[in-house]
Amino acid sequence: MDNFTVGVVVFPGSNCDRDVSWALEGCLDIRTKYFWHESSDLSDVDAIVLPGGFSYGDYLRCGAIARFSPLINALDEFVKSGKRVLGICNGFQILTESGFLPGALVANKNLNFICDDVELDIISSKGGWFNNVDEKQTIKLPIAHGEGRYHCDSDTLKKLVDNELIALRYKNNPNGSSFDIAGITNEKGNVLGLMPHPERACDETIGGTDGLFTLKSLILK
Amino acid sequence: MDQFAVKVFVRLRPSVLDPAGEATKSASIKLGAEGIKSLRIGKMIEVKIEGNGENEVREKIDLLCDRLFANTVIEDYEYSLEKL
Repeated sequence: MDNFTVGVVVFPGSNCDRDVSWALEGCLDIRTKYFWHESSDLSDVDAIVLPGGFSYGDYLRCGAIARFSPLINALDEFVKSGKRVLGICNGFQILTESGFLPGALVANKNLNFICDDVELDIISSKGGWFNNVDEKQTIKLPIAHGEGRYHCDSDTLKKLVDNELIALRYKNNPNGSSFDIAGITNEKGNVLGLMPHPERACDETIGGTDGLFTLKSLILK
Repeated sequence: MDQFAVKVFVRLRPSVLDPAGEATKSASIKLGAEGIKSLRIGKMIEVKIEGNGENEVREKIDLLCDRLFANTVIEDYEYSLEKL
C-alpha cells in the first residue's frame, strides 16, 4: 500500500489497538503506527483509528476524559483536512463526546454487557466505508459493549436521516439504540463511528470477513 | 481569594431512558417499599474551588459543567455553592 500509514491511537485503557493494527497489517498489508494519546503531531499518518476499549476506565462517561487528550485536540485539523477517521466502539464514544459526531452513547437498555455477532443493514454509502450499497446489503459484525445505546434528540435524528449520515442499523436492535443506529458518519463522510468491531471480522478463522472492507476503505482519498 | 464548596448534580435528561434507575426501582419494590412512582439515578460531584468572588467561581463551574461534568446531549446539571 505504498507508504500509506494508519495511526492507531492508544489511550490508557484502550484494548483493541493491537487487534486493529493486526487486522490492518496482517490482513490488508496496510502499515500502521501507534500513537500515544499525548501525541499531537499527526503529520506522518494518512488516516486515524480510535480503537475500542475503556479509555481512562470509562470514568465520568465513556470517552469523556479521552476527549481532552492532546491527540483529540489535534484531530480537529486532521478531520478538516479531509483525512479519514474511524472510531470503533470506545472510539465512537470518544467521537461523540468530542463533538465530531452528533448524539451520545449510553448504557444498554437491558444493562447487560453484550458480546455477540449482529446483523447490520448498510444504510448509507456516504464516505464509501461499506461495499456496494446499490442493493440493500446486510453484513455481520461482532459487538462487545455495555454502553452502546445510541441516543439523540428528534431534530438530530431528522438531520441524520435527511443527510444520509446513518451508516449502519441493527437488524435486531440489541441495546435500545434510537432508530436501531449502529454507526454514523459526519456530513463530509470522512469520519465514521460505529459500535460493532470490523477488526474482529477480518479472517474466516475468527468467524467472518465482513469487516475487511471498512478497514480497507481507510485508504480512500 | 475566597474558597467555595460546590455541589454539582448531574442527571440524565427526562427523555433519556435510565435502565439503572429502572432496575433500582424494581429492587426497591422487592424490598417492600411502596408508592415509588419514579426512580432515576444521577451523579453528585463535590468541588472545592478558589476564586475572586462568587461570580468568577460560577463562571469556572459553568464551564466545567458544560464541557466536562455533564454531556448536555443526554444530561442536565445544576449546582449549589457555599462560601467557606
